[in-house]
Amino acid sequence: MTPETVAPVRKQIVVNASQEHVFKVFTRDINTWWPREHHIGTSPLAQAMLEPHAGGRWYAICEDGSECDTGKVLAWDPPRRLVLAWQITAQWQFDPEFVTEVEVNFVADGPKTTTVTLEHRNLARYGVAAEAFRASIDAAGGWGKLLESLARRAEEAAP
Amino acid sequence: MSTSHARAFVALGDPTRQLLMERLAKRPMPVGKLAEGLSITRPAVSQHLKVLHEAGLVTVKEVGTRHIYYIDPRGVDAMRTWLDKFWDRALAALKAAAEEESES
Repeated sequence: MTPETVAPVRKQIVVNASQEHVFKVFTRDINTWWPREHHIGTSPLAQAMLEPHAGGRWYAICEDGSECDTGKVLAWDPPRRLVLAWQITAQWQFDPEFVTEVEVNFVADGPKTTTVTLEHRNLARYGVAAEAFRASIDAAGGWGKLLESLARRAEEAAP
Repeated sequence: MSTSHARAFVALGDPTRQLLMERLAKRPMPVGKLAEGLSITRPAVSQHLKVLHEAGLVTVKEVGTRHIYYIDPRGVDAMRTWLDKFWDRALAALKAAAEEESES
């Protein structure tokens, strides 16, 4: 195992609905659930959009009609799997050169039960963050606590 | 997004502060060293460091008479923590939406 410098964010939730339905709500109906609290535009978010095919755009339409990209669809495998590119930098701006991946798997546990697992990875690509981790390891002297937390993250990241 | 994360994002929105963070990421250093080769004055660098410090992104240690600036790993980690919480909320909302909408 080669742990990433920064462990991926991993989430899982059980939804009482069919796999097809949950996939559809995640993608076609993303606007019905996508959190409104934060987005990169200057105008309030009116609609979250996800184009339903590989290479499709993932973006938001603001109330003033402007569009802000979030990223794109990297893999489109309905109703089982979806990989999205989250291209928002630590400065909270869309950067087409910056890619972190969000992989979402939909597992049918029953006709009306679906487990959704989500992994947001490549967080080490948040350059400053990754550099900072490296720097803090270099500055080992007073950073015992950091090393402990790194160890915890590495364990978290273990399969 | 919580105040500390908002601060971190805002603090990093400035290109000079990004540059200072990149320099500090390579190794901890004092203000004088940080200001070398930059077109801004040393007091301006100190001012930027103050903003980064208040945002929890850098920390300072006194070594003899010098103040050495370090990247504060807790501040940087805050971004990952923010994403972690964001996806919690997002998936909870997905569940609610999927269970609410009738299957068609």
